[in-house]
Amino acid sequence: MITTSEQLETYLESFTGFQKRAVGHSLPWLRDLREAAFARFCEVGFPTTHDEDWRFTNVSAIARTQFELAPGGEVAAKDAERFRVSGAACQLVFVDGKFAPTLSSTSHLPPGVRANGLAREIARNSDALEPHLGRYLNIQRDAFSALNTAFAEDGAYVHIPKGVVLEAPVALLFIATESAKPLMTHPRNLIVVEAESQATVVEDYVSLGSTAAFSNTATELVSGENAVVSHYMIEREHQQTFNISTLRIQAARSANLSSHSVLIGGGLVRNNVHPVLAGEGAECLINGLFLGDGGQHLDNYMLVEHVSPHCASRQFYNGILDGHAHGVFHGRIIVHKDAQKTDAKQTNRNLLLSDDARIDTKPQLEIYADDVKCTHGATIGQIEENALFYLRSRGIDEVAARKLLLLAFASECLDRMRPSPAREHVETLIHDSLLSFAAAPGQAGAGVSKPRQQADEGRNWEEMG
Amino acid sequence: MSLLEIKNLHVSVDHHEILKGIDLVVNAGEVHSIMGPNGSGKSTLAQVLARREAYAVTDGQILFQGKDLLAMKPEEAACEGIFLAFQYPVEIPGIGNAYFLRSALNAIRKYHGQDEMDAMDFLPLFREKLKLLDMDEKLMNRSVNESFSGGEKKRNEILQMSILQPKLAILDETDSGLDIDALKIVAKGVNAMRSPDHAMIVVTHYQRLLNEIVPDFVHVLANGRIVRSGGPELALELEAKGYAELETVPA
Repeated sequence: MITTSEQLETYLESFTGFQKRAVGHSLPWLRDLREAAFARFCEVGFPTTHDEDWRFTNVSAIARTQFELAPGGEVAAKDAERFRVSGAACQLVFVDGKFAPTLSSTSHLPPGVRANGLAREIARNSDALEPHLGRYLNIQRDAFSALNTAFAEDGAYVHIPKGVVLEAPVALLFIATESAKPLMTHPRNLIVVEAESQATVVEDYVSLGSTAAFSNTATELVSGENAVVSHYMIEREHQQTFNISTLRIQAARSANLSSHSVLIGGGLVRNNVHPVLAGEGAECLINGLFLGDGGQHLDNYMLVEHVSPHCASRQFYNGILDGHAHGVFHGRIIVHKDAQKTDAKQTNRNLLLSDDARIDTKPQLEIYADDVKCTHGATIGQIEENALFYLRSRGIDEVAARKLLLLAFASECLDRMRPSPAREHVETLIHDSLLSFAAAPGQAGAGVSKPRQQADEGRNWEEMG
Repeated sequence: MSLLEIKNLHVSVDHHEILKGIDLVVNAGEVHSIMGPNGSGKSTLAQVLARREAYAVTDGQILFQGKDLLAMKPEEAACEGIFLAFQYPVEIPGIGNAYFLRSALNAIRKYHGQDEMDAMDFLPLFREKLKLLDMDEKLMNRSVNESFSGGEKKRNEILQMSILQPKLAILDETDSGLDIDALKIVAKGVNAMRSPDHAMIVVTHYQRLLNEIVPDFVHVLANGRIVRSGGPELALELEAKGYAELETVPA
């Protein structure tokens, strides 16, 4: 599928209006950044399955839908309340991509730490943003990153000064509201953690209502020397959502980064994680869990770049797929020629709970240095009948036994998260989600509801377009 | 009423008949041993009693405390008081031993309308049984049976049995692969549970275990039928003569 001029027309219209009124339209650097990005998007259009990076994910349904830029809706405080991360140092709330100060709180932040809406920072503090915003995300190779950059205006700006240890997480909550028309948002986040600091940032995407929506998010996470940063990406929007997210990590010397992705919701989800280990001795953990049911399509695209010597990367992704869900794990590792003594590892493990669930898993190693250690492996299996019988033979009922086994599988990912309120938050979400997966076929009526089955109404992204 | 009554039990796996009419009565307090050559159907009988669904019962009846056992799911049979010590205990990565045991105990307590035990209440009971079986508490923080030695796995089965206190325990070749020291520890655990309230079916290939756990009755299973029944002396006779003779002479 080639993006037609008609489809681009809609985006051009949106962009022309946006460029005139967007916050920061008078800043030359930002204006140029947006224009160059939009030009690049027009040039390449939406990717097709002929593109190797998109072989398993067909985005024609996004291209065909006429999305309008979300005008910014309203959410009552009580509706936002239930999504909160308890124990967070601060909570920034974004409604349809726009910062909602009345729903947000930053009172527990230590002095010097900044967490604010990006648009407000563009208006007041653009000099601090200029060296970072748009400097890391690659708009050349990815149309969605280009599109996000073209519409970059609001999202979160988090700045942790040098030497600050922030134990509690910075929570970013993105709420998509109900709307009569299909809406798109392009949240843009910039997280800068200076040298020798420590921080945890949680991005949590949720939705109200059930109309088709397109969340195209991008985060640039810049880590200074020796900094320790954990990043959580939680996708739990409803199943009519297209969610494309890109996390671009820039790791300086001896920085220690963790990326944890938890995909529970969304209809068509593409989770791009792109760490660049730029400084010597940097380390990155890329950890993920995706739980798909109904007609969900969950695509995880990892691009790990080793640029400097003595860096280590660890990728662990576990998937549980039921219904006719389709999971993808694409793990690409590039070891540049100077990156000697690279130690890169990649593991993808999958459980398929139904005959129609599907997983495509693909490692891709490109090694230009000669003294490196790279390993990869993938497994695909079912719930072990022997294990299930063993648990049941001790008195544990079938649903509880299945849940225990699924939880054990999911725990491999949970165990890699540092104990923190962020981990507790995702633990709760995963426990709740697994309960519906554990209801055995034909047992759905036995006291356990299976709400996820409602999504079985035959939305299969593969068949569309 | 007998604890367990098996009447004319026929069982097939993949349309191949394994058990061809078993009759057996076990009363509370009794220990029965079932011996027999490989492929005679010993393990099939054990698995059917634990309600493994892969085995199709084509004829016959099993009553456990007067209730239709064949209508029960595995978890119901367990809650009613049946316990199978597996010949090959299953490794379950990611589920802690102690947590698993407490979940099982609480599932059974809940079934009987008893309060669930929290971790603090559970600990003394747990430690007492660990000591009985000479097991290291550290083992219990690991995943169920994961990277356990063969002997540790078998002892773990007996540990589970001592905590769950089933009315009928079926030990499926629990002695296989054990050295004599481990065998004695396992037998100690089993003998500690012998009482007028508990019955056992000890499935074994070798007479050796029966020196440690002396049965009240010995049955010989061959070609899917019980071909002889007797007292403990039958086990000694088998040890001397082997099974070959018995298979040709029906009881």
